[in-house]
Amino acid sequence: MGPTLSLTLKIWRQPDSQSRGSFETYHLDGVSPDMSFLEMLDVLNERLIQEGDEPVAFDHDCREGICGACGMMINGQAHGPDAETTTCQLHMRRFHDGDTIVIEPWRARAFPVVRDLVVDRSAFDRIMKSGGYISVNTGNAADANAILVPHDDSERAMNAAACIGCGACVAACKNASAMLFVSAKVSHLALLPQGKPERKERVSAMIAQMDREGFGGCTVTEECEAACPAGISISNIGRLNREYIKTMFAGE
Amino acid sequence: MIQISDKILDSKAPSGPVQDKWDRHRFDLKLVNPANKRKFTIIVVGTGLAGASASASLAELGYNVLSFCLQDSPRRAHSIAAQGGINAAKNYPNDGDSIWRLFYDTVKGGDFRSREANVYRLAQISNLIIDHCTALGVPFAREYGGTLANRSFGGAQVSRTFYARGQTGQQLLLGAYSAMMRQVARGKVTQIPRREMLDLVVIDGCARGIVTRDLVTGAYETFAADAVVLCTGGYGNVFYLSTNAKNCNVTAAWRCHKRGAYFANPCFTQIHPTCIPASGHHQSKLTLMSESLRNDGRVWVPKQKGDTRPPNQIPDDDRDYFLERRYPAFGNLVPRDVASRAAKERCDAGYGVGATGYAVLLDFRDAIARDGVETIRTKYGNLFHMYDKITGEDPYHTPMRIYPAIHYTMGGLWVDYNLESTIPGLFVLGEANFSDHGANRLGASALMQGLADGYFIIPYTMGQHLATRKLTKVTTDHPAFQEALAASKARIQHIVSVNGTRTVDSIHRDLGNMLWENCGMARNEAGLKATIDRIRTLRDQFWHEVKVPGTGESFNQNLEHAGRVADFLEFGELLVLDALDRKESCGGHFREEYQSAEHEAQRDDQNYCYVAAWEFQGVGSAPTLHKEPLSFESVHLATRSYK
Repeated sequence: MGPTLSLTLKIWRQPDSQSRGSFETYHLDGVSPDMSFLEMLDVLNERLIQEGDEPVAFDHDCREGICGACGMMINGQAHGPDAETTTCQLHMRRFHDGDTIVIEPWRARAFPVVRDLVVDRSAFDRIMKSGGYISVNTGNAADANAILVPHDDSERAMNAAACIGCGACVAACKNASAMLFVSAKVSHLALLPQGKPERKERVSAMIAQMDREGFGGCTVTEECEAACPAGISISNIGRLNREYIKTMFAGE
Repeated sequence: MIQISDKILDSKAPSGPVQDKWDRHRFDLKLVNPANKRKFTIIVVGTGLAGASASASLAELGYNVLSFCLQDSPRRAHSIAAQGGINAAKNYPNDGDSIWRLFYDTVKGGDFRSREANVYRLAQISNLIIDHCTALGVPFAREYGGTLANRSFGGAQVSRTFYARGQTGQQLLLGAYSAMMRQVARGKVTQIPRREMLDLVVIDGCARGIVTRDLVTGAYETFAADAVVLCTGGYGNVFYLSTNAKNCNVTAAWRCHKRGAYFANPCFTQIHPTCIPASGHHQSKLTLMSESLRNDGRVWVPKQKGDTRPPNQIPDDDRDYFLERRYPAFGNLVPRDVASRAAKERCDAGYGVGATGYAVLLDFRDAIARDGVETIRTKYGNLFHMYDKITGEDPYHTPMRIYPAIHYTMGGLWVDYNLESTIPGLFVLGEANFSDHGANRLGASALMQGLADGYFIIPYTMGQHLATRKLTKVTTDHPAFQEALAASKARIQHIVSVNGTRTVDSIHRDLGNMLWENCGMARNEAGLKATIDRIRTLRDQFWHEVKVPGTGESFNQNLEHAGRVADFLEFGELLVLDALDRKESCGGHFREEYQSAEHEAQRDDQNYCYVAAWEFQGVGSAPTLHKEPLSFESVHLATRSYK
């Protein structure tokens, strides 16, 4: 057992969506640098339970950086200080003994707080429902190699498809815009021949739903790209805008 | 004492040549006419590959689907974490693959404990899956000419694995999720997130609904339907530390078991050889490093015990590439159970590396020298990045430290050829059933099975149930719903009211430790017997000493965990009992008493060539064993050899 960290944690506590929340301060000793950020919270929660208090609620599942469930503002940064890293993959060796860490939920009108650090991201599902798919029923497909996709197009589609739907882009944006999320799906499908037949309807429907959900507009501050744990490029937003403009000028 | 049923459990697999069974069966299955499909409601629990694909394809046919998941969004199901790939018998590389070879490899890989008819069907369907997923926009890796790329995986000598970088599960799941969300838009699927299934409702012998708890408000709800499709994954988290997501659990399957569904082969658990070793007591889960890494990585330990040199400074002459030494034909690509046991053997003998001595090395030095660092980065970049994040070490310059961990469970609820459990109208798909992998699953076969079940099997077999059984109209006012609802409420209230001194997590860790030590990579009679007693004691402690703050009428994650651990404490006993009763070694089930002089697993086909399906008889009471005999007509029983 090497040296451990003693930390001061200021954590947002809010019993439910109706109540007002506030910061609570906790001191935590004996934090191993090999712990993940969520394991550090596990240790705190075990102590809180022993003391008869309710543990801090936070969404998490795979703890491998791929499910997109976890996510919190750590010292004002979505998923904390490391680039292309989800909260579950952030490790305590990134912090120093004596640090104070401020932990908050995503803050966005479209992501209401459920409890403590847990927010409701169902707006993303409704955007996906509005058009984030290719309309093909099971059983219709031709042989997979009947559709040739140039290697580089496929790679660019994969770059966009890598989005984990965590919502860090929204949390990092001063306008709480969901443009990076929406553009990633629009790009993924627009770059592939299979997605071309529905590209106009898709981009219009997804943008309309995004607006209905109460996300803000994009002012190209690029905070979303900096916060994205999956490395989604802001160039996707450019592609989304081009796709959208094409629908406006396209005639019958 | 275990009661053994003298009735043979009927798989309902059709007779005739294995390659004709599914085609004939599909013709024999009854159809529901299109106008009648819209009168039926089907509950699908879980939104992983099996659940999402089943919801989508059933809704496409016109059925009304109610889809449930634990997570805040259906896109987060644990299928998303599968890294390496999905098998199919396309033979695009022209390297000798065929449906028959995929079938053969899977039966052999499963150590002859799977049902031939199911495995052949799986191999047949594998090609349709690749076609459909491509049509859905899944960005599989491609060659420069635009065709799909393949790579090789453990247990096979052909390249049949399709992949999307190290995120194949993510891309396949998002494809199935998108197909399901399209049906949500059409109004054919109602998706209900943040719900936990707490019970199955059986009326007149048929599965007719479920009881759920809303995880945000704590409210209990009941839903009625004409069929229930369970796609709730495996039970690996009974071991506490596993590569499963933290919320994976056995609760839904176990509650169905308690309502009459037999549980098959629970002792067939898979240990994955390449996981990042635990770093301390705080460890909350283990992280897999994809099996695909064994394509280019070489596994070794130092030849000298206690060699303290940094691994990258140990010359080749002082390295023991033990998989290549023991299994020259397959080398680093031997199946998972074989690779795991070989690593354990070296570590138990004192040759392990790292702080605990329980790790071996996975080295990319030679692959980087051969192909260049950029090629390796393209193939495995995200995995190397993840390893670096977790350990603080750079695998481009120093070998990875790896050790086996619980990863997948081949056992599950028993299903017949129609994927129907012993409760009519309850279908079980994906990892939650026991059907296709026998005693050991080959890499890149889980994704294949989940999608085969959901896209291409349940749409056919569901019709047989709905068209042939008399299903009277039921509502949630039926006494059976009220009884199940009251029982679910009482159980949760009991947990909250104990107010003892032990945390849920500490009890779960204790259970996991005793199972890993005694029912993990190696098992023996004395250890298993003692473990049954210890699980009973721990279960008793849980119900008297657990401490769950807060109430049942709110968002209470600790209470969710408590409910799942309570079920693991019942299920764990069955797992150990099954391991005790199977007096042979096969696949992931290694009984120390049954091994060859070279420490290879020794099957007993004379006495154990059957599926062990257990019928619940009460908590703490011995279950009844039902046997489904396995016959191998197409692939002849043989000792598995990868030498």
